[in-house]
Amino acid sequence: MADDVLSKLKFDADGYMEDSSAWNEKVAEALAAKEGIKLTDRHWVVIKYCRDTFAKTGDAPSLRNITKNTDVQTKELYELFPGGPGKLAAKVSGLKKPTGCI
Amino acid sequence: MKTFLILGAGTAGTLLASRISKKLNKNDWKIIIVEKEQNHYYQPGFLFVPFGIYKPKDTYRPNRKYIPSGAEFINSEVDTIDPEVNKVTLVKDKQVIKYDYLVIATGSTIRPAETEGLLDGGWRKNIFDFYTPDGSEALGKFLENWQGGRLVVNIAEMPIKCPVAPLEFIFFADWYFTKKGIRNKVELVYSTPLSGAFTKPKASAMLGDLMAKKNIKVEADFAISDVDSGKNVIHSYDGREIPFDLMVSTPVNMGAPVIERSSIGDDLHFIPTDKFTLQSKNWQNVFVLGDASNIPASKAGAVAHFSTGTALKNILAHINGEEMLEKFDGHANCFIETGYGKASLIDFNYDVEPLPGKYPVPGIGPMTLLGESVINHWGKLGFRYLYWEILMRGWEVPLPDKLSMAGKKLD
Repeated sequence: MADDVLSKLKFDADGYMEDSSAWNEKVAEALAAKEGIKLTDRHWVVIKYCRDTFAKTGDAPSLRNITKNTDVQTKELYELFPGGPGKLAAKVSGLKKPTGCI
Repeated sequence: MKTFLILGAGTAGTLLASRISKKLNKNDWKIIIVEKEQNHYYQPGFLFVPFGIYKPKDTYRPNRKYIPSGAEFINSEVDTIDPEVNKVTLVKDKQVIKYDYLVIATGSTIRPAETEGLLDGGWRKNIFDFYTPDGSEALGKFLENWQGGRLVVNIAEMPIKCPVAPLEFIFFADWYFTKKGIRNKVELVYSTPLSGAFTKPKASAMLGDLMAKKNIKVEADFAISDVDSGKNVIHSYDGREIPFDLMVSTPVNMGAPVIERSSIGDDLHFIPTDKFTLQSKNWQNVFVLGDASNIPASKAGAVAHFSTGTALKNILAHINGEEMLEKFDGHANCFIETGYGKASLIDFNYDVEPLPGKYPVPGIGPMTLLGESVINHWGKLGFRYLYWEILMRGWEVPLPDKLSMAGKKLD
């Protein structure tokens, strides 16, 4: 089913959506499933914040920014999005790969 | 009389001051520079202090020596910046300065308190930084007597000042312990929140190979959560643990406390800045230079240097009511000391990652890009002279501000 939802969408080489406006909640669930993540309410707090921040600034938020402005703390972020929470949260939220650090 | 105010007399502030003082009409403009330190530190020098290559006194000179004649120098911490009303308040005598144009070049500093436990019992006992004059000196004293064990270099969070410095530190450490004859008693571990040795793919691969060759273990994707000083271990958010006998930390970097007090920065107290024009995103008569800005370029002296040319032209255009046509390209250029009297060199910008080749003369060099050479090492050591005697005195260095593709090899 996940493949159905994603089949019509375009992704970059690293699996980030090309067009963030084509994103919806079903897409998020499918993208998360590909990463082995089943979305819970706590994931949605983070995803919603990522979408809101992107709409305002044009960039995915940093981890520091997420933990400062939501009640999700860093440790929990790593549990929700194991490995690289910044990149994974952006990916599931349909955003471009975070430009991050230099 | 109008006021051109510069906050910070580090690399960017001093460079801009000396260049703009030659351009602004002295009958119309008063230039004021505010700096909290008495000394101007040559920050790349801190890396050499722990290994005894430089003495602490080799890393600084009096600030006033580099302030252009005719400019007023005030030695004070800045209390607050209020760009809405073009006003800055100093700590010293609560002096208020009204400005017409403001350049913020207040840099970035390490914030060890941001990492849980980093300032507990082990700080400056078996946990050190080398980003401060006293930190690099204390680490040097410790290394003199250290008999070996596990040395862990850690980067807490990106971005950091001079992203190659922790790599250079561990390459130097490998060389230093070898010379001392105790390399076989020292285990070297490089723990980084990045997925490899560096942020850009080709340089990361080259530096990763060097790490392996030098028997340095890389612990990648390591986001430090806390330091347990009692047990001498660091933990990551994903549950990993690294024991250490000696930890050399690159703590979280943030903009100056005055940016935080004035609420004009982002989450890390870096100021939102247009990455092309270097003008503040919020105030037209404010420009931000060097580490203080949030532009996606390396926090490094080379970037401060190359971006100052762009900023100077744009500031003068803006003052004259003209369009700001100069665009900074994010150009950075860093020597990477790799030990044994050799160094590598990388040259890159917002769009082009470090590539192999020759610099600055295409095909000839004499510097080698993304490869080790003895000449690169002498280039780095010689740069200290260039810095004090040419650059900080406002002379032009014959290197282009913008990145050139000539002499670089694409695949």
